[in-house]
Amino acid sequence: MAGAEGDDSLYPIAVLIDELRNEDVQLRLNSIKKLSTIALALGVERTRTELLPFLTDTIYDEDEVLLALAEQLGSFTVLVGGPEFVHCLLPPLESLATVEETVVRDKAVESLRKISQEHSPVDLEVHFVPLVKRLASGDWFTSRTSACGLFGVCYPRVSIMTHTFESTLITAVMHFRTLCSDDTPMVRRAASSKLGEFAKVLELDYVKSDIIPLFTALASDEQDSVRLLAVEAGVSIAALLPQEDLEDLVMPTLRQAAEDKSWRVRYMVADKFSELQKAVGPEITKNDLVPAFQNLLKDCEAEVRTAAANKVKVFCESLPEDSRETIIMTHILPCVKELVSDTNQHVKSALASVIMGLSTILGKDNTVEHLLPLFLVQLKDEYPEVRLNIISNLDCVNEVIGIRQLSQSLLPAIVELAEDAKWRVRLAIIEYMPLLAGQLGVEFFDEKLNSLCMAWLIDHVYAIREAATCNLMKLVEKFGAEWAQNTIVPKVLGMANDSNYLHRMTTLFCINALSEVCGQEITTKHMLPVVLKMSTDQVANVRFNVARCLQKIGPVLDSSALQAEVKPVLEKLATDQDMDVKYFALEAISGMYLFNLPTYIFSETFSFSSILFFFFSFSLSP
Amino acid sequence: MGAGGGGNDVQWCFSQVKGAIDDDVAEADIISTVEFNHSGELLATGDKGGRVVIFQQETENKSQPQCRSEYNVYSTFQSHEPEFDYLKSLEIEEKINKIRWLPQKNAAQFLLSTNDKTIKLWKISERDKRPEGYNLKEEDGRYRDAATITTLRVPVFRPMDLMVEASPRRVFVNGHTYHINSISVNSDNETYLSADDLRINLWHLEITDRSFNVVDIKPANMEELTEVITAAEFHPHQCNTFVYSSSKGTIRLCDMRASALCDKHSKLFEEPEDPSNRSFFSEIISSISDVKFSHNGRYMMTRDYLSVKIWDLNMENRPVETYQVHEYLRSKLCSLYENDCIFDKFECCWNGNDSVVMTGSYNNFFRMLDRSQRRDVTLEASRESCKARQVLKPRRVCAGGKRKKDEISVDSLDFNKKILHTAWHPQENIIAVATTNNLYIFQEKVN
Repeated sequence: MAGAEGDDSLYPIAVLIDELRNEDVQLRLNSIKKLSTIALALGVERTRTELLPFLTDTIYDEDEVLLALAEQLGSFTVLVGGPEFVHCLLPPLESLATVEETVVRDKAVESLRKISQEHSPVDLEVHFVPLVKRLASGDWFTSRTSACGLFGVCYPRVSIMTHTFESTLITAVMHFRTLCSDDTPMVRRAASSKLGEFAKVLELDYVKSDIIPLFTALASDEQDSVRLLAVEAGVSIAALLPQEDLEDLVMPTLRQAAEDKSWRVRYMVADKFSELQKAVGPEITKNDLVPAFQNLLKDCEAEVRTAAANKVKVFCESLPEDSRETIIMTHILPCVKELVSDTNQHVKSALASVIMGLSTILGKDNTVEHLLPLFLVQLKDEYPEVRLNIISNLDCVNEVIGIRQLSQSLLPAIVELAEDAKWRVRLAIIEYMPLLAGQLGVEFFDEKLNSLCMAWLIDHVYAIREAATCNLMKLVEKFGAEWAQNTIVPKVLGMANDSNYLHRMTTLFCINALSEVCGQEITTKHMLPVVLKMSTDQVANVRFNVARCLQKIGPVLDSSALQAEVKPVLEKLATDQDMDVKYFALEAISGMYLFNLPTYIFSETFSFSSILFFFFSFSLSP
Repeated sequence: MGAGGGGNDVQWCFSQVKGAIDDDVAEADIISTVEFNHSGELLATGDKGGRVVIFQQETENKSQPQCRSEYNVYSTFQSHEPEFDYLKSLEIEEKINKIRWLPQKNAAQFLLSTNDKTIKLWKISERDKRPEGYNLKEEDGRYRDAATITTLRVPVFRPMDLMVEASPRRVFVNGHTYHINSISVNSDNETYLSADDLRINLWHLEITDRSFNVVDIKPANMEELTEVITAAEFHPHQCNTFVYSSSKGTIRLCDMRASALCDKHSKLFEEPEDPSNRSFFSEIISSISDVKFSHNGRYMMTRDYLSVKIWDLNMENRPVETYQVHEYLRSKLCSLYENDCIFDKFECCWNGNDSVVMTGSYNNFFRMLDRSQRRDVTLEASRESCKARQVLKPRRVCAGGKRKKDEISVDSLDFNKKILHTAWHPQENIIAVATTNNLYIFQEKVN
């Protein structure tokens, strides 16, 4: 069909096909990504008979090419002639599902799962099911791991064919059982991670009779890496079972996992604890999970305690309402109290990131009596990360008890962080300043924190000074221009006379940041004179920053000030001896004239008249 | 000294020798490691020049069993290049310190190779088809006139001569400050450990940019350093267990289940020192140069300068068996110290069913120690016995007194000819023995 259209239209496609085997990986990759274009040009017939066989054999290629190929084939159904022919895509995907690279294999499995939906039930049974069986009994573990991910998608749809359903299902379960007891840990890991998904598509009776024994076996595998994946499967299976079966079928295994010899398995239990809690329901949570959670919080391995500490808030939140407070107060809080003074900083830091959340659950009185002391201990922790996590979550406590109560003890901790020897810590606390200011209110801020914010302006690390100027801008946004004029503008402008030129430059940077939020009046009346005065500074860096500053604040100033005061100064700077000063002054001058233009110049519809106006105004200016 | 082979013992005969014959040895050609893969079908060697050579067992002549053990070159590639660390002004040698094969996962083979600093994962794969047919050019590369294209051609794969490719799949960098002495793949097949003088790291095979430090014996003050890690290995079946040996002659067994950081060992294997043997060299010669688990996982073997010890994992206070490798050198320690030979790191290996162990010595001698019969034999890898299927004669060293016929005097041993690296086929009686720049392959004599 393509031949009739003439040679020209074929040429780009011919190039694409040839580049499928170019030596340059990038070109091959580009070509593979345009595979649909090639297929479209070849037509469905030739795609099926020529292109797909070629692709099936390309598995020697680089991972990234194979990955792209595996992805493309997932949406290729139309290009091979629709659902009727979708099974033609199976051979290339089957070979991709056996490569050693996990990402490629996973993508191939994903595409196989996708196109399995496009198979008719008959095709599924004739083409897809045999493929899954072939993979499941392949020589290499790579094909067997891929098979694990396919059982879940192909069997529910075969069930439409009622006459073969039973037998198909029984072989499926049989194959899966073989995979669960495979010689290689890789296949057992894959089976373990897909067990939950497979269980979901089976009827409850099969889950009870076949899946539970598999789960129990995997959960006591000799390989730690298999057991830890079984935990997740256990959670999914528990969610499927009716309440009355949980105790007998999964709880013994899950209890055993929570006390596994290997910390990695216990870690997994801690990590999946909220999902587990949801799956087993309130009764088992009260009787089994609470003691298990206590043990995890007291685990001898810090990694486990960290994972458990992360879950404290979510666990407490989802406790049954009737007994929530009692359980927290009598069982959880004592463990939390110990964690506050844990030896490991990561544990404390994980706890600090969630502990504030408990106050909303426990209410004002309990918070003041039991939690506040813990917050205060963490606020004084030796590790800045712990203190930071507390400060960044203050808003939840604020809602419950009000910030006043906290502020007395909060302040020393903030001051200490603000003066930390590590500049990254100082930087982090600066970023919380606007949030804190909003929470504490202007009065408290002026009294306690204002001086800190000003001190950062003369920090010896540039990143801190920069963050400090940005912080001032945010504060003004919060507290308004009038507040700025009274409190921070005088201090900022005062630095213009500092003997250190870095501090003088900070004044300019602050003005850059503040002019817009302070508005025209303050900028023209108070800031501009200082900037203009600095144009005669002896340090060139200050002078060219004056030029940049003038350009920056130009839009805020009124035009008379621009013409009368700014222009002469810039013109003088433009004749400066220093190259850079000259450059920035000239740039500011050319920038200034643009600012005088009406804004429609910048609109997207650049009309002819506006361009004329632009040139007109340009030629008028001296 | 040892009784010779005979009776029911295996008779070893020469099979092959690889490498140049002339006596002029290029530094880069010195073999630095030898390793069979898990099926024994492939044999890899690494050398000081950073090259890896892989030999494949001949499968053609199944009818002629004597040729079964013939290994031919399968693939050769440059694994590591010399580098320079500009920050520390240190040269990083390209020498391959260790090679470890991964269990086979698909048609391709994978191995880890390491020099002092960088570990690489290599894929060795076969290709027997290549695509043919271009649209815009002929097969010989001449371009076609674009105007002549009237139909599209899809390339077709055609059979071609077998090609073996080695491609680097992962490069694990920046994990070690000191020199890597060991790598070992975990039985979970997804992680491996690497050990340097002071630390042991755990890596995931698919993640190259980070590793977990599981052992760190670096003292806060380096002047307090008294001990370094000399070798480390994972247990063959228990994924949570590994051992590491030290320069003080101790072996520590760690359980990764107990905690994430294994600074506290769960077992310490150490033999009390015999005060009567105490000398200036005691500490040097007790340093362990290699540690290997038996295939069944019950025992481990350690090699120190003069002996091989076999430990039962359940008994920490002394080895269950001790074999002297070359006790006659005890009187020579002073001169061995002066020529630095005392610091040679001899390796050791088990046979397929853990009944015999093998280790090297000087003068191109190597030792076979039969555990069940408590018998040992000294054999020599030499050019003189290079006739096909020639049986190796046991050698004897005369320690002193009167030299008998066939005995070699200790003073005439050549200490420049040393066998540090040996490997035993995992199932069959085929061994690979590396002399300086030659690889000898010996096999059991088949009648």
